Amino acid sequence: MPTTIAIDPVTRIEGHARITITLDDQGRVEDCRLHVTQLRGFEAFCVGRPFAEMPSLTARTCGICPVSHLLASAKACDELLAVRIPPAARLLRQLLNYGQLVQSHALSFFHLASPDLLLGMDAAPEQRNLFGLAAARPEVAKDGIALRRFGQQLIERLAGKRIHPDWVVPGGVSRPLSRETAAAIRAELPAMLTAAQNNLERLQEVLPNFTAEIAHFANFPSGYLALAGEAGRLEYYDGPLRLVDQQGRELFNEPEALHYHRHLAEQSEPDSYLKSPYYRPLGPDDGLYRVGPLARLNAAASCGTPRADQALAGFKELAPGGPVTSSFHYHYARLIEIIHGLEKIELLLADDTIYDPRVRATAGANAPEGVGICEAPRGTLIHHYQIDEQGRISAVNMVIATGHNSLAIQQGLQQAARAFINGDPGDNTGSEGPAGTGEKRGQSGGATVGEIGENGNIREGLLNRIEAVLRCYDPCLSCSTHALGQMPLAVELRRPGGELIGQLTRDNDKVESKLTA
Amino acid sequence: MSGGRVITLQIDGRDCGAREEQTILEVARENGIYIPTLCHLNGLHPVGGCRICLVEIAGAPRPLPACVTHPVEGMQVTTDNPELRRQRRLILELMLAEGNHICAVCVVNGHCELQELALQLGVDHLEVPALYPSREVDASHPRFGLDRNRCVLCTRCVRVCGEIEGAHTWDVMGRGLQAMVISDLNQPWGEAESCTGCGKCVQVCPTGALFEKGKSAGEMVKRHLHLPLLTAMRREEEAGE
Repeated sequence: MPTTIAIDPVTRIEGHARITITLDDQGRVEDCRLHVTQLRGFEAFCVGRPFAEMPSLTARTCGICPVSHLLASAKACDELLAVRIPPAARLLRQLLNYGQLVQSHALSFFHLASPDLLLGMDAAPEQRNLFGLAAARPEVAKDGIALRRFGQQLIERLAGKRIHPDWVVPGGVSRPLSRETAAAIRAELPAMLTAAQNNLERLQEVLPNFTAEIAHFANFPSGYLALAGEAGRLEYYDGPLRLVDQQGRELFNEPEALHYHRHLAEQSEPDSYLKSPYYRPLGPDDGLYRVGPLARLNAAASCGTPRADQALAGFKELAPGGPVTSSFHYHYARLIEIIHGLEKIELLLADDTIYDPRVRATAGANAPEGVGICEAPRGTLIHHYQIDEQGRISAVNMVIATGHNSLAIQQGLQQAARAFINGDPGDNTGSEGPAGTGEKRGQSGGATVGEIGENGNIREGLLNRIEAVLRCYDPCLSCSTHALGQMPLAVELRRPGGELIGQLTRDNDKVESKLTA
Repeated sequence: MSGGRVITLQIDGRDCGAREEQTILEVARENGIYIPTLCHLNGLHPVGGCRICLVEIAGAPRPLPACVTHPVEGMQVTTDNPELRRQRRLILELMLAEGNHICAVCVVNGHCELQELALQLGVDHLEVPALYPSREVDASHPRFGLDRNRCVLCTRCVRVCGEIEGAHTWDVMGRGLQAMVISDLNQPWGEAESCTGCGKCVQVCPTGALFEKGKSAGEMVKRHLHLPLLTAMRREEEAGE
């Protein structure tokens, strides 16, 4: 009997989503799809607004990384003003972006992902959250909270408040940086670097426990898109947009932001509000690429800072001779980027230019169209605006990091569902199947379809693995909600006609399974 | 100062002396008694348009706006009680429901008289359904913009333009929900020939409806403390002629 399993809502991600797994008559996974279930409408309701409002308007897309939207939007507005912003403003925006990178990565790794990584995929759901982590590994939880606080405080010190600050404006920033503020930030850096370094070591220690997940969590070849710095160094704020293929060969290197759509196309999906961009010349099937920490480290030749470069060397050893393909290693890449971000903050604050009081260029609406691109914590973020003669927005296109990853997420979910439900090693290489990992996995090593069909039960740890694939990408689906850990989860088993044959619910207190039919 | 008969009235139980051409609002302020206002602005003629300054007067069948009501001998005025607060809140709610007021992204966020009033009167949500009207932004002027979504029709811009600048670029067209501020004969502001570009209307606007272009969220601070001085100097000059 063909069956659909729905994971709804998906937990410990930013936003709201549902995953449906379709099983065929033999009970094997036929398809696995992610549905992003909320519509935000920014591209529509910003039309008609004066362009100078766009940074603060679009920052509301996200409560986790409003800074990234502020920067992409302000860069697009700089283009509309047709000005080059003051050197100090450029450095200050970069500084803010690194603060954002550190705080968002700390949130993703420590608050959302580390319960899976350090407590185990099969740990009891009521323990598998930040509070369980704080009880079992207080030192890790403390580091996570400290790093996030540092990043958030940096944003507050520069921009006035932590969430949705108004400091980044078209033409620059609204206030210069004082030496006192800089000194306060610098004083905290050594402890933060130690915390980040320690946690990279902790992750390296537990990696051997996750060989199956590494093999099956969206482990496939793809392109990698990121901004490119000088000499292939990591870059988050400016520089050409560059896509490399699975062999690390350059597919395009576009210095003109306005021309991004010559290379990237977007398709909309019938069952999700998330648009799926792809590399235009290859089409949606072959033009799949990934963005974010994994993509940036795969695309970069070096970080350009000593500690991060040392960590990067270790990262590259995960896949000698080629890019690291498993999305599981997004977590690894995230920790390296935290180290790199902290080192960059140190360098920026040591540069006297950043203290210049001239931080804002003023001008009117001088160009009809502007595109701003920056690297958000989750990947490349593109804001594209057109304005009328009065400077009112006439068209908006926003390509969000999670959108770039959309096709890769779909493919990754299918791969994981096949592996963990069917016990199917899939077409990736080097996998040993979920049963061979030595991890506690219940009787059969992976929930088999027979198990589901016979008693209507779906093992929770299995569904957690499917969700965990999504968590690797740290998707920001709504770009707005802050739920973590204990959102109620409902899984339903339905016959093709929609008849409910079994369901699994998870709420704050207990896991309950019941057979309806 | 001008003469006029001196009378005595009671405001909130306090005896106050006043000249008969004064308004209750003026007398209250002279005596340190606070009455909230919105459309009123020192230096401009009062119009009693917004009704936020409603007060109760013993013997009167309904509350009256303090900014345009003159004192009478023996009058007993109440400026604050639960019913007046309820009425002021409702008036403000209706104003907010009629436009599109999105404080977080507004140029005057943190410096807005409407926002300040809402905080003061405790309007933290709307009990009347919001209308979400579709209103266009006029950004045709090279230096200033008009966002009618944020306009509460206080007519300060109309008055300052006519009474102080003497240009009378602004006026109000239409009635009820269709009422709106227009420049000249309902042309785009940038094409209004009478506009001198002085910017007084922008400075007196209590909300972000009139703003300086290029200002980002929370960056627009209105400056209008000089208005009463302008009015006084104008009067002196006229008297001297």
